[in-house]
Amino acid sequence: MTQTVKTNQASSMSMLITLGGVAMLSGLLVVLTWQLTLEPIRENQRIMIEKAIFQVIPGAVQRQSYALSDEGLELIDPKVKKLKKSEMKLYAAYDKQGQLKGIAAESAAQGYADMVRLLYGYDPQCECIRGFSIIKMAETPGLGDKILVDKTFLANFDALDVRLSADKKTLQNPIITVKHGDKKNPWEIDAISGATITSKAVGKAINLGAEKLLPRLSAHLEKLKLMQTMPSTQVPKSTKEKAE
Amino acid sequence: MPIKEDHTITADTFLAGIWKENPVFVMLLGMCPVLAVTNSVINALAMGLATTFVLLCSSTLVSLLRNVIPKEVRIATYIVIIATFVTITDYVIQAISLELYNALGAFIQLIVANCMILGRAEAYASKNRLLKTLTNSLGMGIGFTIALLSLGTVRELLGNGSLLGYSIFGEAFQPWVVMILPPGGFIVLGAWLLLFNWIKERNAALTLANERGTS
Repeated sequence: MTQTVKTNQASSMSMLITLGGVAMLSGLLVVLTWQLTLEPIRENQRIMIEKAIFQVIPGAVQRQSYALSDEGLELIDPKVKKLKKSEMKLYAAYDKQGQLKGIAAESAAQGYADMVRLLYGYDPQCECIRGFSIIKMAETPGLGDKILVDKTFLANFDALDVRLSADKKTLQNPIITVKHGDKKNPWEIDAISGATITSKAVGKAINLGAEKLLPRLSAHLEKLKLMQTMPSTQVPKSTKEKAE
Repeated sequence: MPIKEDHTITADTFLAGIWKENPVFVMLLGMCPVLAVTNSVINALAMGLATTFVLLCSSTLVSLLRNVIPKEVRIATYIVIIATFVTITDYVIQAISLELYNALGAFIQLIVANCMILGRAEAYASKNRLLKTLTNSLGMGIGFTIALLSLGTVRELLGNGSLLGYSIFGEAFQPWVVMILPPGGFIVLGAWLLLFNWIKERNAALTLANERGTS
């Protein structure tokens, strides 16, 4: 009897040691990988957003990052990751001569599987959305991800109307996603049949983003018209980093 | 009580996973990724390789620790080990390509729940030496990848008219959209299983006929 108790105790000790040991080893491995892959992943994300900017604003070749808050519009270093809660990050994209081609910003809405995070391009001249690009989504491969390739769907974003209302406080017509084939107005998005939820998420994300950004931005648009350089040491810094 | 360990590594140790004990077509394990991510060749290949990597790493660790892990907590330990390597794979794929990561979506994390890997840990790695385990796991991983590819090829070809993204049948081809949708996964898997079992049955019948003929 005493012997069985003893062996039981010994075995729960060894169970604890095994589980604890394996958990520690696992923690160590995961943290190590996280550390090692952090920089490449950040870099990938940066490249992805950068590529996306030029994709959603046709004709643009250079860009500047700005933070928009109630206090105003402020030029920021593109490497800055965290912004204050009240601030919104936006990218102003310019052509070779430094003329403003459009403005890109991030937005997100709930899709079928997870949040759909996207970047949309706004053209202040026609007051319309010129394109969007997905930054992160977990939509069903082959179904939800059709929003990236479906030609009729992408045609919605040739010039999606986001005119502001007369008092510049809100959008004249909120962007809505309609059933495939029902699009009648330039502010409607023709959904993909079979991927309606993802199509709606795109519409919702752009609507949310535009409604928040554009009314606040309208007062500052003049400031963005011509490309500015960072007042501090932006240019030497980037070259220095390249050298490293 | 301990099962006697047989250390001999034969060609069968490696080949078992590819044909005789193919995890998908024979053991019907890990059906979730098999049905979910095989709608294109590239997704199937990436998923197969990721699963193989996790399988190899986890069976290595399980095999090394097989004499240390008390049998009462073995399943919990295996799951922690597998989950660790899945998380590592998740980060590595993000570092390699965010596009690929986005394409595979939630299915990377779901490798944890792939019972083929847990099955290998329980039925093989915990009873065999490292080298033998590795040989067998590699065979299983390749068998799994081949199975995913056979589904992915058929589904992409019929459902999208392309292979690896290149159009095969041209513009005039009307794709069978159902092949890319979930039901297509079941249909194609069923067709492959039919073929596999037909070959197996025919082989068995042939050997039987041969035996009768000689006796």
